[in-house]
Amino acid sequence: MAFNTPANLKYAKTHEWVSLEGEIATVGISDYAQDALGDVVYIELPQLGDSFSAGQVFGTVESVKAASDLYAPVAGEVVEVNVALESDQEPISKDPYGAGWMIKIRHSGETSELLDAAAYAAFVEEEAGH
Amino acid sequence: MTSSALKRTPLFPQHLALGARMVEFGGWEMPVQYSSILDEHHAVRNAAGLFDISHMGRLLVSGDGALPYLQYLTTQDVAQLGVGQASYALLCHENGGIVDDIFIYRLPTDYLVVVNASNAEKDFLWMLQHLAGFDVTLTNISERMSMLALQGPQAEAILDRTTDGQLATLAFHHVALARIFDVENALVARTGYTGEDGFELFVDSRQLGKVWERLLALGADEGLKPCGLGARDSLRFEAKLALYGHEIDEHVNPYEAGLSWVVKLDKGDFVGHRALLKIKHAGLSRKLVGFELVEKGIARQGYPIVDAQGTQIGTVTSGMPSPTLGKNLGLGFVPLDYAAEGSEFYVLVRARSVLARVVKTPFYRPRYKK
Repeated sequence: MAFNTPANLKYAKTHEWVSLEGEIATVGISDYAQDALGDVVYIELPQLGDSFSAGQVFGTVESVKAASDLYAPVAGEVVEVNVALESDQEPISKDPYGAGWMIKIRHSGETSELLDAAAYAAFVEEEAGH
Repeated sequence: MTSSALKRTPLFPQHLALGARMVEFGGWEMPVQYSSILDEHHAVRNAAGLFDISHMGRLLVSGDGALPYLQYLTTQDVAQLGVGQASYALLCHENGGIVDDIFIYRLPTDYLVVVNASNAEKDFLWMLQHLAGFDVTLTNISERMSMLALQGPQAEAILDRTTDGQLATLAFHHVALARIFDVENALVARTGYTGEDGFELFVDSRQLGKVWERLLALGADEGLKPCGLGARDSLRFEAKLALYGHEIDEHVNPYEAGLSWVVKLDKGDFVGHRALLKIKHAGLSRKLVGFELVEKGIARQGYPIVDAQGTQIGTVTSGMPSPTLGKNLGLGFVPLDYAAEGSEFYVLVRARSVLARVVKTPFYRPRYKK
C-alpha cells in the first residue's frame, strides 16, 4: 500500500512528521502512522510552555485497540497546541499533514535523527512489507 | 511483525485480498481489521459480521470413556449435555487456577472441544496427561476442520438462505449437522463470542474459502462485513466475556472471575475440585468488576488500580473506549470492599490518577435468541 509522504516535510522513525519554518517546528503523525493506528478515538497533548528534548514523549494517541506514544522530533518549548483534536480526532485520520497537526515547538536546534520523504517512504516500506 | 514461524488459516489469501491488516495472535498471523474496528464492531451489533476463527483449537474426544473423562477434566457438568447441545466450561489446575476456558459440543458419538488458539498445545498436552484410566481417544482436528463465526442480528436470516431453512430453529447453545451451500457435513452451532445472536460454523478446511466468499457475497445486502480480531475483542469486552490472558489465567480462580456458574462442585470429583471447594468456603479476597472512567483517560490491560492514597489495590485486565456505549470502560480485579456498584477508585494512566466508578456488567446486555 502506498502512503502519502509530502516531500517538504521531515520524518522521525517513530512516524512523526515535522515542518520547519524558522525557529518554529510544526509536528503531527504521518499518513502511515494514522493508518496503522486505525480509528483514533482519544488524544493527550502537552500544555503550552512544556519543554521536550528530542525523542521524548510529548503525548499519546489511542485507538480502540491500543495507546501509542508521540515523540518530539525536535527539542524545544511548546508554543501552540491543536486543542481542537481533543474533542474531534478525525482530522488526524483524514488530514494528517493539515488539520491533523498536533503541536508547534520553538525548537532549540537539537533534533532526533530525521529522514527526508524518500528515506522515510523507504523506511515505511520496509516496516510494513511482507 | 510477520515471521515464517507463524501459522496461517486456509483463508490467509482471502484476508490479504480484502486488504486486512495482519497481526500475530497466539502464534497465528490473523486479520486484526479489514476496514476499521469501529465499522466492524457496529456491523456486528446492527447487522452481521463474519470472522475467521480457524486459529482456535479443535479436539475430538471419542470412546466409551468420553463422558467420565470430560467430567473429570472440566468444571462443567457434562452429563447434563444432551446430544446436540453445547456448553462453556473450564479446565482448572489442582490449585483451582484456570488452565483455559473451552466450549464443549456434544455430537451423536463424540464430544468436540474448542480451545483458545494461544493455549491449544498446552491444552492438548494437559488432556493427554489426564488420559490414564479412561477409554478415550483424542483427535486433533484443528487442521482438517476450520471455523467461522457469523454473528449479529442478521446472522440468522443470512444463514437461513444457505441451508434450506433447516437452521433458523436451532436453539441457543445447540449444534446440528448441516449442509452450507453445497458443502455437506458442516456443523452449525448457535454459539459465539460477541454478545449477539449468531452461529459458529465448522467446515472442512478445503471448502472454507468457498464458504467464506459465498457467505460474504450473500450477506452483503444485509450489511454483512468481514470482521477481524480487533472487533472480536471489543465485542466480547462489552459483553464481559472473559479472554484468557486478560480476565483469566492460571493465577485466577473461577470464583473471583465471576465464573462460579460454570463450576459444578456437586457433580463429583474433578481436577481442581478440592481446591475450588476450599476457595468457595473461604470466600473471595478480590473480584473482577466492570468500571467506567469518570475522568478523561482510557484504561488498558496492566494499568494499576489505586485507592485515594495512591496505594495499588488491583490491576486492569481489559479496557478500551466502548464503541457501542461511547464510554471509556474497563474490567479489573479489586478487593471486595471496592467491588460494589458505585464504588470508586483510580486507574493510573501514565502516572496520572483517573477516577473510576464500578458499574453493572455486562456493559452491553447480550441479545441471544433463547
